Amino acid sequence: MEQTPLTGIGKLASSRQLHVALATAVFLLYPFMVSNYYIDIAFYFGIYTLLGLSLNIVLGEVGLFDLGHAGFYAIGAYTTAILNTKFGIPILVLLPLSALAAALFAYVVCSPIIHLQGDYLLIVTLGMGEIVRLALINNPFDLTGGPNGVFGIDFPSLGPWLVIDSSLEYYFLIWLIVGLTILGLTRLQDSRIGRAWNYIREDETAANANGIDSRSYKLLAFVLGAALAGVAGNVYASKLMCVSPESFSFWESCLMFCIVLIGGMGSIPGVIIGAAFISLFPEIFRPFAMYRMLIFGSAMMLMMMFRPGGVWPRKRGAVKYESLLEGTGRTDA
Amino acid sequence: MPERRAHAADETVLETRGLTKIFGGLIAVNSIDLKVHKGEILSLIGPNGAGKTTVFNVVSGIYRPEFGDVFFRGDRITGKKPHQIVAHGIARTFQNIRLFPDMTCRENVMAGRHCRSTSGLFSSVFRTPGQRAEENKIRETAEKRLRQVNLWKSRDDLAKNIAYGSQRMLEIARALASDPALLVLDEPSSGLNPRETRDLMAFLQGIIRDEDVTILLIEHDMNMVMGISDWVVVMDGGRKIAEGIPEDIYADQRVIEAYLGKDDEDTTAYDVPAEH
Repeated sequence: MEQTPLTGIGKLASSRQLHVALATAVFLLYPFMVSNYYIDIAFYFGIYTLLGLSLNIVLGEVGLFDLGHAGFYAIGAYTTAILNTKFGIPILVLLPLSALAAALFAYVVCSPIIHLQGDYLLIVTLGMGEIVRLALINNPFDLTGGPNGVFGIDFPSLGPWLVIDSSLEYYFLIWLIVGLTILGLTRLQDSRIGRAWNYIREDETAANANGIDSRSYKLLAFVLGAALAGVAGNVYASKLMCVSPESFSFWESCLMFCIVLIGGMGSIPGVIIGAAFISLFPEIFRPFAMYRMLIFGSAMMLMMMFRPGGVWPRKRGAVKYESLLEGTGRTDA
Repeated sequence: MPERRAHAADETVLETRGLTKIFGGLIAVNSIDLKVHKGEILSLIGPNGAGKTTVFNVVSGIYRPEFGDVFFRGDRITGKKPHQIVAHGIARTFQNIRLFPDMTCRENVMAGRHCRSTSGLFSSVFRTPGQRAEENKIRETAEKRLRQVNLWKSRDDLAKNIAYGSQRMLEIARALASDPALLVLDEPSSGLNPRETRDLMAFLQGIIRDEDVTILLIEHDMNMVMGISDWVVVMDGGRKIAEGIPEDIYADQRVIEAYLGKDDEDTTAYDVPAEH
């Protein structure tokens, strides 16, 4: 007999399924009702959602200030660009490889700095992101093409019968990846790993005293976050067909930071809202483009003043848990 | 010498030998030898700044001692990291409560199970049967411990929102969730009212009676120390100045001096306690 702890939230679960079904329907129908321009906007919305989700692991779940996340994004994009143009490795093969490269980079770079707290970590990661960008500009080993970057990157393809080369196909590619990522991260949130991350964010000393190896779990967050940013880099590189250092500036790291802060730290729906704000807002208000920074800045300040938890914070305790022991005669244990 | 009225005085759970911790020029803990026997409640008392909490922090791995060793059930655990020491079977609470404030009571207690579970990244993402079984086990244990401290009704409340006395009990429940062999409590009764303190004493005596656990306690409430301790160790200025059964410690001249200072006129400021 299998006990399911979710029996008590049957109603909640079904309303949640309804929401997911509705959202999926909208996403499936949307590209067939609008022009390519709007499909591309939705594509970049997807890229920023993926980047927001990746930073959310580090910043939202564990509470580590990482202002150099664009560095991991760049490693993923350049891994794809270089290996594809120089060696002709297919883009889809490079998808996991780019994730791996970014993860490896995060592991090597973050191992010595992972013990830093708060603002100190923020400064070091900021420096790391800038070093990556400057290194790309300096064209090491003639690989990165300097300020011009690398161009002539292939389309992703599965043999000759499925080539992803239209806005529509890219749209489905990125949102498929985002969907799978959300599924995986939602499951992680409700596991001992997700909880361990949250314990560290809440009180690291207490987490250690309860058996959590905070160092490993912080590194795991960085590595996993970097891997997802690497995936985003891969898709981005093949969509643009070229990569250049200016796409991975400090400003990109700032945008990712905003996505997580606006949406709500550690909240997956929050990240989607934050990404929507960051990527859709400038498109909708094109005429005000020159005031973009002003509006973002004011929005951030207002958020911090009136809703410090974000637009859609993760609500704990909303899911009521039923007893597992009642009726088993062990409740008075 | 007074006899130790321990339950199984032959088996040592925790032993420190010559434990010394130095902060800059201050010898916070000076060559402390401590023996905690299985199934007893040992209280560590002493005036503020005597080094009691430092002893706890060294035992639980937060500090690394300059000299000396800590042995737990025969294993040398000196200098191990806090998370490794919990896995060995020593769980602790803090003087100033350290819960995970923005998480639910249930999630707080589940933290104690972390070192007793093993699911990794892939089994968590793919929800393997093993991972699900383990999660259920974690939930069951958390429920058992929450019920034990009468907080099951608050399971979905955030830890920061429950009453102070409940927060103390929640922290103990979290420590107990790791099924420790040694429970290390740093001033568990501080901030509790007399009634809550009595409940706490009854609770601790209950778990000593029903479970395979030993308790090491720092405490300032003398009624509690005298009421539940099997053995009392007194520290002052980083040194151990006396140890014995509670009744003897109560009357010990050195202990009275450590607390009240030397005074020829009035050394009988304490009431001698009734028989326990």
